[in-house]
Amino acid sequence: MIRFILWRLLQAIPVIFIVITATFFLVRSAPGGPFDSEKAVLPEVKRALEAQYKLDLPLHEQYVAYLTDLSQGDLGPSFKYPGRSVNEILGSGLPVTAELGLYALSFALFIGVLAGVFAALKPNTRQDYIPMGLAMIGICMPSFLLGPLLVLVFGIYLDWLPIAGWGDLPGDKILPSITLGSAYAAYIARLSRAGMLEILSQDYIRTARAKGLPEWQVVTQHALRGGLIPVIAFLGPAFAGLLAGSFVVETIFQIPGLGRFYVQAAFNRDYTMILGTTVFLSTLIVFFNLISDVIAAWLNPRLRAQFKGGA
Amino acid sequence: MRFFRLVILACAVSGTIVACGSGESNVESGNRLGYLHYGNGAEPQGLDPHVVTGVPENHIVRALFEGLAVKNPKTLEPEPGVAERWDISDDGTVYTFHLNPQARWSNGETMTASDYVWSWHRALHPDTGSLYAYMLYPVVNAEAYSKREITDFDAVGVKALDDQTLQVTLNAPTPYFLQLMDHYSTFAVHPETVLTHGKMTDRFTPWTRVGSIVSNGPFTLEEWSLNRRIIIKKSEHYWDRENVSLNGVYFYPTENVVSEERMFRAEQLHYTQVVPLDKIPDYRSQDKSPYIQAPYLGTYYYLINTDRPPVDDVLVRRALSYALDRDTLTRTVLQNTAIPAYSITPPDTLGYNPPKLFDYDPEKARALLAEAGYPNGEGWPGLEITYNTQEAHRKIAVAVQQMWKRELNIDITISNQEWKVYLNSVSQREFQVARRGWIGDYVDANNFLDLFITDGGNNNTGYANDIYDDIILNLAPKAKTREERYALFYKAESMMMDEMPIIPIYTYTSKHLIHPSVEGIYPNLMDSLNLKYVTLHPERRLNSEIN
Amino acid sequence: MSTDQMAHLTDAEDGASLWHDAWLRLRKNRAAVTGGAILLVMVVLAILTPWIAPYGYEAQNLDLGATPPSAAHWLGTDIFGRDLLTQILYGGRISLAVGFIATAVALVIGVTWGAIAGYVGGRVDSVMMRFVDILYALPFMIFIILLMVVFGRNILLLFLAIGAVEWLTMARIMRTQVQSLRQQEFVEAAVSLGLSPFAIIFKHIIPNALGPIIVYTTLTIPSVMLLEAFLSFLGLGIQPPQTSWGLLISYGAETMEEYPWLLIFPGMALTVTLFSLNFLGDGLRDALDVRGSKD
Repeated sequence: MIRFILWRLLQAIPVIFIVITATFFLVRSAPGGPFDSEKAVLPEVKRALEAQYKLDLPLHEQYVAYLTDLSQGDLGPSFKYPGRSVNEILGSGLPVTAELGLYALSFALFIGVLAGVFAALKPNTRQDYIPMGLAMIGICMPSFLLGPLLVLVFGIYLDWLPIAGWGDLPGDKILPSITLGSAYAAYIARLSRAGMLEILSQDYIRTARAKGLPEWQVVTQHALRGGLIPVIAFLGPAFAGLLAGSFVVETIFQIPGLGRFYVQAAFNRDYTMILGTTVFLSTLIVFFNLISDVIAAWLNPRLRAQFKGGA
Repeated sequence: MRFFRLVILACAVSGTIVACGSGESNVESGNRLGYLHYGNGAEPQGLDPHVVTGVPENHIVRALFEGLAVKNPKTLEPEPGVAERWDISDDGTVYTFHLNPQARWSNGETMTASDYVWSWHRALHPDTGSLYAYMLYPVVNAEAYSKREITDFDAVGVKALDDQTLQVTLNAPTPYFLQLMDHYSTFAVHPETVLTHGKMTDRFTPWTRVGSIVSNGPFTLEEWSLNRRIIIKKSEHYWDRENVSLNGVYFYPTENVVSEERMFRAEQLHYTQVVPLDKIPDYRSQDKSPYIQAPYLGTYYYLINTDRPPVDDVLVRRALSYALDRDTLTRTVLQNTAIPAYSITPPDTLGYNPPKLFDYDPEKARALLAEAGYPNGEGWPGLEITYNTQEAHRKIAVAVQQMWKRELNIDITISNQEWKVYLNSVSQREFQVARRGWIGDYVDANNFLDLFITDGGNNNTGYANDIYDDIILNLAPKAKTREERYALFYKAESMMMDEMPIIPIYTYTSKHLIHPSVEGIYPNLMDSLNLKYVTLHPERRLNSEIN
Repeated sequence: MSTDQMAHLTDAEDGASLWHDAWLRLRKNRAAVTGGAILLVMVVLAILTPWIAPYGYEAQNLDLGATPPSAAHWLGTDIFGRDLLTQILYGGRISLAVGFIATAVALVIGVTWGAIAGYVGGRVDSVMMRFVDILYALPFMIFIILLMVVFGRNILLLFLAIGAVEWLTMARIMRTQVQSLRQQEFVEAAVSLGLSPFAIIFKHIIPNALGPIIVYTTLTIPSVMLLEAFLSFLGLGIQPPQTSWGLLISYGAETMEEYPWLLIFPGMALTVTLFSLNFLGDGLRDALDVRGSKD
């Protein structure tokens, strides 16, 4: 197992390297540059700007310079925000998005697993249809719709909660977390229902029931562990996707997170910022995909044998 | 049974939500503490007056810094800033500014005329790459220095006669020169502070951060949280601090206009940067409405690439312009938030009124199109409207497309492009018709008319006319009187509009929601706000609360 | 156990009877049949739209503006005075097309890629799956911007681009399934019978992995439709005045207080479609799940 993990970590190096290289050249070939603006930039000004950011060097030299800086952990200065380094911007946005993601996933897990388990206990009854119907609506409901809807109801008509900000007013973290978490809750509900249904039909559960254990003990002590395998497999990539996907929620709720920078950097042609967020995100994706593979392997006895061979 | 337990749990969760209800709103706490909560539209790129360019930056920079002369918030007439008075030579080319002896940097140091010389050197230096360096081009040799044609800054027409006296020599009498002194690109920065963090011409040093920045305006920087908020606080050293009422201001990067309006309704903001169009009728109908709209010094127009068929034919361009029902467009799609425009300069720009050479006339439009060789749209090769992705531009393009199709029976396609792709298309002139807007930097027709000089950076239409260039570049600057100057402008603008390298659509308005407790924000042509004059009156409340 | 698996093998080998049995089971599932019928109606409506739409696609009436449902406009009009029913019908063409085409692209690439990686294993698997990781990490927005610039605006291209991104998760799911199926007796039996890997993958492995694939496919279709709306909203998708349900919903969301019908009706169209898809998907899974049906 350890050999397997080490081997995968070793593979991560070329993966991240290829991602950086491909992104570097992709970004440079996109039309428009970081200094284009609505008012025409005088040629002499543009030259001065490019010189300050070393954009006047040949592309391959810029590439080597970037890699050199990167190897020392320096992601370079932001083009859009003069005076800010990409490291600094990532440092300020990451904790916020991570916190938002954590709340959202906790909410999603809590609601999703609860709904999925209840639905699975009495399949094809009202107890199944209602939560699963809600889950379907949750999947259909994009966050650009759910967010404003929650804001209108809880922020404006009922006036219970603040509708924007992050840590400025008490309770302002609730609505964004629910908005971001809902779609995931819907997926988790469906996955955990499916997983539970499969487990609940197995012999050892029937044995446990036959022994006269109360239903909730059967669920919590026997069924839940196995039934949640698909959910756990889903969580790894979901967490990485959540960070990139929080853009809409962060914009609606004015949250100073990473998602806004990630999307805006592309539109601003903020080369270093695009690369910085990509480096970060690729590390995250490789890492979470690895974790998810390891857990999947660990839970699947047939595969576990394979890993002992050190594939 | 279990299902009911779930319901009970759901109730418990929502109960917790209620328990941590929102309490005191920003507006309430702001009014109590003397802090204004201001929707600023976007996160500023920075706060260095010689580096930044945008509107959100403008609001913060002009609260932290102050120019030699400022604009009166009601009339926009220049009034004393850092300079307590100034003399202008009889020929209008030499300005002598007398600095207020009480003018201080926020670290307590006295401001000197040499600070200005140093700062203008920085602003004009080619290595700095200030996008607004051209604001100082009226000054003798400023343009030459900025373009590296000369390297000796002493040749530039700005001198410190003594600590308190700054003398500026201009190429020609420039009626709008004092207005430029309120533009951040001409502001002074604190030389030692800039040099502590790097070279004079460095763009990306952290000298503007909290704790480092030294400024000279009514407020000082207190907190700068990226994409979250910027807090400024009343300055202790500002010369006119007795007349500053606010204790401070919170600036929020309110990118999403729908969210911004809701924040206003929930009293999380005193002031919004814009108002979503669909909300306007409702706000208008309220009595004591918080909605404020005023004409704004800007024109929304369609650029035409005069080298691309079919719009290389002036008859086609005129036909398109005649076929556009601007009245209906501004009344319906724009909800009366814009004024139909028939020329590039907005009406009544410091007393100047542009020519109106045409009007909505579908009959005439069809006749022109037939004359151009496309009777009833036959043989029309197609035309594409390019715009950058934004709701407002989409609405205009969709409506214009339909109007042209209906009146002229011609095929029109729309192409929305991502912002940088659009900029690239426009500057490379890879378009037929492209959406464009121009907001004046200062109140003078020159700022709009010099867009269309031959090969001007913002021309992009291919329009080239020697007589026009001569009027704008040579004759108008030397005009003796205002009447003579305006007559020249009128002549040039008529000449240009006759060739129709652009299709003017509307004149902008500024639109804000302002909480009734706020006073001292006046509607004006520049949408210019001096936070120094803003006061808060907690007893005045929104209508909706009273009910 | 092993006889069960052998039965499985023969079942799978006789493809025709497997599909026939599945079809019989599906027909008994009322929810699935209803879902399928609604989808069919949707598709027919989308195809017939140019002939049945009550108004011209681009016909505006600026002075009318946004009006609630009325006799003349059953679902109301938008701010340009355009008939909403017409907009929804035309939007459905785009949304259904993007939903089905992009998902089909994702399905074909993802299932094939995942199956090969999982079946062959070893180095090939490592290289293929790291390639998936790389594509996951590339900045999607830049990728789309470049595609638009290089190939110009083209709806089909947009569908392919979305599909080309969505296949990644499909490939991961498929690979895990195949890895576990590969170890099972009936596959080993097929190997010992001398069947080619190609035949084993397509005849034995993929049919047995259909359950999770169908479920994930029904989840992919809505996410693809919403992704199209997101891209179009950012200027990277379809061009106005063309529209889609996702776009109609995103415009409707901004004016939900003033003109709620502009949100409710497109939202209903999308929701009904997705519910139908889901019921059909669940029915298909149950119908094809040989093991489940033998319990």
